[in-house]
Amino acid sequence: MPPFPTAARAALGDAQLRRNLAHATGTIRAKRAAVIDELEDWEGLRQRAARTKDETLAHLDEHLLTLEASLTARGATVHWARDAADACRVVADVARAHGIRDVVKVKSMATQEIQLNETLAEQGISAWETDLAELIVQLGDDLPSHILVPAIHRNRTEIRDIFRDRMGAVGRAAPDGLTDDPAVLAGAARLHLREKFLSTRMAVSGANFAVADTGTLVVVESEGNGRMCLTLPEVLVSVVGIEKVVPTWSDLESFLTLLPRSSTGERMNPYTSTWSGVAPGDGPQEVHVVLLDNGRTKALADDFARQALRCIRCSACLNVCPVYERVGGHTYGSVYPGPIGAILNPLLKGVGQDPATDALPYASTLCGACGDVCPVAIDIPGILVHLRGKVVDAHRGDGLPKAEAVAMKAAAWGLGSAARLGLGERLLGAAAGLWRGSRAGTTRPVITRLPWPGSHWTRARDLPVPPRESFRAWWRRTGRDGGAS
Amino acid sequence: MSAREEVLAAVRSALHPAASSPAPVASPPPVPSVPGPDQAPGEEVVALFAGRVADYRAEVTRCGAAELAEVVSSIVADAHGVVVPPGLDLELPGATLDDDLTAAQLDGIEAVVTRASIGIAVTGTVVLDHGRGQGRRSVTLLPDLHVCIVDERQVVSDVGDALARLDPRRPQTWVSGPSATSDIELSRVEGVHGPRRLHVVLVGD
Repeated sequence: MPPFPTAARAALGDAQLRRNLAHATGTIRAKRAAVIDELEDWEGLRQRAARTKDETLAHLDEHLLTLEASLTARGATVHWARDAADACRVVADVARAHGIRDVVKVKSMATQEIQLNETLAEQGISAWETDLAELIVQLGDDLPSHILVPAIHRNRTEIRDIFRDRMGAVGRAAPDGLTDDPAVLAGAARLHLREKFLSTRMAVSGANFAVADTGTLVVVESEGNGRMCLTLPEVLVSVVGIEKVVPTWSDLESFLTLLPRSSTGERMNPYTSTWSGVAPGDGPQEVHVVLLDNGRTKALADDFARQALRCIRCSACLNVCPVYERVGGHTYGSVYPGPIGAILNPLLKGVGQDPATDALPYASTLCGACGDVCPVAIDIPGILVHLRGKVVDAHRGDGLPKAEAVAMKAAAWGLGSAARLGLGERLLGAAAGLWRGSRAGTTRPVITRLPWPGSHWTRARDLPVPPRESFRAWWRRTGRDGGAS
Repeated sequence: MSAREEVLAAVRSALHPAASSPAPVASPPPVPSVPGPDQAPGEEVVALFAGRVADYRAEVTRCGAAELAEVVSSIVADAHGVVVPPGLDLELPGATLDDDLTAAQLDGIEAVVTRASIGIAVTGTVVLDHGRGQGRRSVTLLPDLHVCIVDERQVVSDVGDALARLDPRRPQTWVSGPSATSDIELSRVEGVHGPRRLHVVLVGD
C-alpha cells in the first residue's frame, strides 16, 4: 500500500466514495448521539471502563494466567502466539488434524491483522467470511475499509454485480434476476452462506472480551452469522488479542453498555454470544483459544501510549474523524483505519522501519474529536503527537537532514534580521503570482503547487497567496499617519 | 523458550522494565455465585421492557398465564413446522420436540418456541442461558421465527442486574430484536442469517 499522503490524494478525487462515507458516518453519528443522551452518566461509565482496562493492563500477566487456567478447566485448549505466524500455524494445525479444508469465519479484526485467510489459502485451506460486509469484501477481492461496516465504500449496484459475478464460483450462485434492493441482496447472501454453515465442520472467531476468572468469551454481532459459526461446527478456534481480557464477569456491564451504543448507535446489538469452554451436548465439542501478542507487548511497554490497548474496536473515532470521512479506510493501508489505526499500527509494528507506518501519526488534523468520542477515553490526539515525536526520533540518525529541519534553519536565518526578512517578503510577493491558482469550491486564491522543495509542503496542503506588498512596505509607502487616516 | 513463556516474559518486561520477572501467579478460577431472583419488577420496568423490545421491530404480546397456550398457538398457527425444546411446559399440538435434531432438520422447520432466562428492560434484550425450556443454541437460530416466552418476573432493569443474575459458565445468547444487518448502504435489513422474526410473549399473572 502507498503511504497515507499518496493514497489520500487519490481517494479525495473519488466523489462517489466521499458521498458514501459522508452519508454513512453522518447517519451513525446521529444514531449514536441519540442513544447516548438516554443514559444519565455516560462520562462516569466511560471513566469506569477506562479504569478497568488500565488496571487489567497493569497486571496483564496475572490475568492471562487466570484466563488460561479457567479456560483449561472448562475444557478448552489454550495456545499462545508471539506473532501472526504462530497464530496462523495453530489454526492450520487444528484444521489439518481433522482433515478440514474449509472453515467458516466470524468477522474478526485479530484474524485480519494476522492475515489468516491468506496464510490458510497458501496451505490449501479455504476460509469463508460469513459477515455480509466481509463476504462482499472477500468476493470482490477487496479490502475492508471500516472496522464495523467493512463494505461502507461499496454501493448497492456494485454489490449486486459482485454477487452475480462471483458467488457461483465458490458455492451457491446468486438467484437469477438479482436486483440491487438491499433485502434481495441480503437474501442471496443468506442462501449462499446457509449452505456453508450447514456443511462446514470448523469455525474461526475472535472475541470482543475474555473474562479471566470464568473463562468466558464474548462475541457481539448483529446478523447471526456469529451464532452460526460459534454453535454449528464441531471445532471452534478463537484468536484473541491479549488485551481483550477483563478480570470478572461483572466488568462486562460497562463494556456491553458502551460498545453497541458507540459502534452502531443501538442500545444493544442484536446478538451477543458467550461461552466458557465446551458445553456438553451444545455447540462445538472441541474448543481452542489462541492468545495473541503480535506487537501488543510492544504497545504495552510504552507507558503513555499503552492506553491504546483499551480499544474495544467500536469505530466511533472513525465516524467523527474529518480526515477519515473524506478519504475512507483503504488510505490507512491497514486493517485498523481511522484515528485508532493511526496510533495502533505504529504501536504494534514500531516506528522507524516502514514509511507507510511512520506516515500514520500525521494523518490527522489533531482536532480532538476522536478522543472526545472514545467510549474508553483513549487520548488519541495525545498519542498521535507522542508518536510523531517517536517517528522524528527514529529518523534522527538518517543521513540527509529532513526537509523540515532545512526549512526551519532557513526560516531562522531569514527571520533573524530585518533586512533579510524584508528582502524575503519582496521576493515572496513577486513570486506568488507565478504559482497563483485556485481550488474548486473556493474563491480565495491559493498556491496549490510550489517548486521543490516547497512541493513537499503543497503535496498535501494549499498555501494562501502572500500579498504583493508586505505590511512593512505598505507602512513605508503610506507613512504612520497616512495609514491611519 | 515456548511461545507461552515468551509472551509472558514480554508482558512482564513491558510492565516492569527494571524488575526481574516475578514468579508466575496462576490463581485458580474462583467460582462466582449467582443470586436467585430478586423481588418482582414493577410495572414500569415491565412496560419499558415491552416498549424497548418493540423498538427493535420485534413483535410483543402481553398476556396472562391462563391465555399463554392459546396466544402462542395463534402466533405459530401459519408456520410450516414448529420445534420446541425439552421442558417448555406448554401444550402445543403438532410441535416437534427437539430430540437432538440435526442442523439440516432444524433448517427445515419454520418456527421455534422457547422460554428465556432473563429480560433486560433498558436494552430490550432477552437472554437465553439454554437451560430447561430454552433449547440448545442452534434451536433458536435456524428456524425463521423465534417465539420467546418471558415471565414478567424475569425482567430486570439493566445490563448490570442481568449479569448479576446470570451464570457465566453457561453458554448464553443475548437477543435484541431479529437478526439484522446494515451493511448495504446502511439500510437496515432484517434476517440475513438468524431468525427474521422475533416475537416476545410477556406473561403476567
